[in-house]
Amino acid sequence: MLPTRPRDADELAAIIAEAARVGTTLEIIGGGSKRALGRPVKASRVLDLSALAGITLYEPEELVLRAQAGTTRAAIEQTLSAHGQMLAFEPPDLGPLFGHSPGLDTIGGIVAANLSGPRRMKAGAARDHILGIAAVNGLGERFKSGGRVMKNVTGYDLSKLLTGSFGTLAAIAELTLKVLPSPETVTTLVLHGLGDPQATTAMTAALRSSHEVSGAAHLPTRASSRAALGTNSATILRLEGFARSVKARAEALAAELAGFGAAESVSDGASRVLWRQVRDMASLIDKDSPLWRVSTAPTCGHRLAAAVGPDDVFYDWGGGLVWLALGGREADAGAARLRAALAPLGGHATLIRAPAEMRARVPVFEPQPLALAALSARVKRSFDPKNVLNPRRIYAET
Amino acid sequence: MLTLPAPDAAILARRSEIASALATIVPDGVIADDRALVAYESDGLTAYRQAPMIVVLPRSTEEVSRVLAYCTREQVRLVPRGAGTSLSGGALGLADAVTIGLARMNRILEIDLDNRCVVAQPGVTNLAISHAVRGSGFYYAPDPSSQIACTIGGNVAENSGGVHCLKYGLTANNLLGIELVLPGGEIIRLGGKHLDAEGYDLLGLVTGSEGMLGIVTEVTVRVLKAPTAARALLMGFASSEAAGAAVGAVIGAGIIPAGMEMMDGKAIAAAEAFVSAGYPSDAEALLIVELDGPPEEVDELSSRVAEIARQVGATSVKASRDDAERARFWAGRKAAFPAAGRLAPDYYCMDGTIPRHRLPLVLARIRELSAHYRLEVANVFHAGDGNLHPLILYDANAPGELVRAEEFGADILRLCVEVGGCLTGEHGVGVEKRDLMPVMFNATDLAVQQRLKCAFDPDGRMNPGKVFPTLHRCAEEGRVHVHHGQTRRPDLPRF
Repeated sequence: MLPTRPRDADELAAIIAEAARVGTTLEIIGGGSKRALGRPVKASRVLDLSALAGITLYEPEELVLRAQAGTTRAAIEQTLSAHGQMLAFEPPDLGPLFGHSPGLDTIGGIVAANLSGPRRMKAGAARDHILGIAAVNGLGERFKSGGRVMKNVTGYDLSKLLTGSFGTLAAIAELTLKVLPSPETVTTLVLHGLGDPQATTAMTAALRSSHEVSGAAHLPTRASSRAALGTNSATILRLEGFARSVKARAEALAAELAGFGAAESVSDGASRVLWRQVRDMASLIDKDSPLWRVSTAPTCGHRLAAAVGPDDVFYDWGGGLVWLALGGREADAGAARLRAALAPLGGHATLIRAPAEMRARVPVFEPQPLALAALSARVKRSFDPKNVLNPRRIYAET
Repeated sequence: MLTLPAPDAAILARRSEIASALATIVPDGVIADDRALVAYESDGLTAYRQAPMIVVLPRSTEEVSRVLAYCTREQVRLVPRGAGTSLSGGALGLADAVTIGLARMNRILEIDLDNRCVVAQPGVTNLAISHAVRGSGFYYAPDPSSQIACTIGGNVAENSGGVHCLKYGLTANNLLGIELVLPGGEIIRLGGKHLDAEGYDLLGLVTGSEGMLGIVTEVTVRVLKAPTAARALLMGFASSEAAGAAVGAVIGAGIIPAGMEMMDGKAIAAAEAFVSAGYPSDAEALLIVELDGPPEEVDELSSRVAEIARQVGATSVKASRDDAERARFWAGRKAAFPAAGRLAPDYYCMDGTIPRHRLPLVLARIRELSAHYRLEVANVFHAGDGNLHPLILYDANAPGELVRAEEFGADILRLCVEVGGCLTGEHGVGVEKRDLMPVMFNATDLAVQQRLKCAFDPDGRMNPGKVFPTLHRCAEEGRVHVHHGQTRRPDLPRF
């Protein structure tokens, strides 16, 4: 069946209202780059938002950009970089991970998945940069939340609620984002040859310092060699900002971390390439096993990895974000033992890449305790009582 | 005038029975004496007063859970309260409701600097968190001006801000996790020491929900390493237009200062008379720009900012030479509210946010309104993030002045929405701005929010009468019909 492709928010609302009336379901897509992320959606029709495209407002001095949901990342980044600005949450492009070419993803998809990159530790997540949202719920009703100003506590923050909801509550039509100046200079310090626990200690020391580290990742030997950082492991620390400040902070940080070995310094251009690899991560990790993404307390990431013995691993967010290739020969992709090991540490494990058959069977997202699961289901019903939008994309029950 | 939901006579008649039942859950923690209840009759918005039926002061999550379960079973309304510093009447009592005060849950539970976070009970004050980690050089970034008294649980309920929001964010951006007791008494945890818990972002939703979705019984907040250097620049301008242009030019140059505060002529004069901060007396607008970071960065950026200010016509530029002088520059801004208190017997503080470039228009319209309502106004402005605090000066004892001040304030907030801003930047809707919500939201927008409220609180017992202009009955899911902009339930009381 041909996808239905609304040209504006009114058409979008009409399509969803009709689906709710006749009892059909819709799978929402933008660029289609992350269709294989989450539980497989079985829907009557594909609702393609790619025609809802275009930047509708950009005021660099107010740090605000508004775009329709189907606007591509490429279009937004091009507009921003012409004014020396950026999306500070550094959203990863997961397209290549799922076998697509880079740059297909749309801002609506990025926000629906709450994707944030290495700078998340310092600058916040996608959800921290959404100032306002216009969307259509599962009844076909258009609604808005927030606005275009930085400080706004008027009514419930539905912008945050919709961010990361994978299109299960509403179809996002338009977003207003906080944007920020791009750093003048980037530099990276590399510590070579640290084991995972030692590397975590080094990253912790860096993040406890006053040097405003904006990226802290640890690439064990395989990831390190894929990133062309040599045959030993590489612990990489990013400093960004005004040139004088970056230089002073890099020198001070290298001195403070001298006990972990001599830090190699990576130039601006090479740093940008390196952190893009960490951000998009497809090129750094094993391609054959199922891929897991774990968020835990930064000091716990390496303990989790040691407990489960992954086929391949690397760490971002100071150790708190763990990418694991795991369970290639296990029927549940290692889900049970990974989640059992994670439970005492706290956090969540998401099965990012696996065959559809497996994602239909194994909980892709961390299962929730009963009271929270029941509340989540009530929240879903309050937006989409007929279960029209992306049915069961997050949980089998909703 | 403000109307609150009508009290339920059947509940009022059971007051002593309810108080006794609560006392079995929270021994030594129930107040039901009329004289003692006076202490709880208002919050920071003292224009409105209503003593609660009963106050209960639990000491643990378990007690909170049992109180909520009891109140659900007995259909008793609840009003949560931290330190009672809300400026929007968020903690205003109801005649037939139990006010549940969290102030006794005031322990810091864990300091984990390796993961850069602090776990605390909701009654811990905002400033106490910074104090707890100060020895290690850390601090908690959001700094509402009431930080010495306001509680972290209240900060979560209101999504409190402060003067450093542009660079460091509001409460929502610095909150990692909470424990929440739902209205029925169930205890859930959202987030933790890890980032971006998956599933719906209920943590983000609860932040700023004004005590209407549940009671926060524990928080995990992110703490930051304090910058090694900070400097404030004090800059005078001949007009607010020029000062606004300076702010735009600073941000346009890629600089995000730690704070950017603007004061108008009236506020400058009041502050100067109050604390002698050394403000230029001839300026029509004053800008305080604070830069923080490593000394090299502070040096470089302060010269860049000073240069930008001169280019757009600053009449004076002064950089703080040491921390004492920096504190003096700030003293006037921080004293703006009490200073306004010397200009008139009472003042009414507004809290709209506007797109910054609309400031000259908004200030001009505020001057017109000031003449129309025959009330003076002084303006302080978080210029970096567009949050405007007009202080309307009035005398509550002069007949009609309070009503004029309220109408003046409402007109200012309508103006903020009209130019693309919002009703409240950091103080919350509460009862104060409740009836203005339809200025910003249409009936569908409000219905979507109210259905969400039903997902948490199907009986509508948590903090009723706040935020939403109409009470709302939770029907079957998704059945709040909106027709031609009108809800289809005219039987429900509007208040």
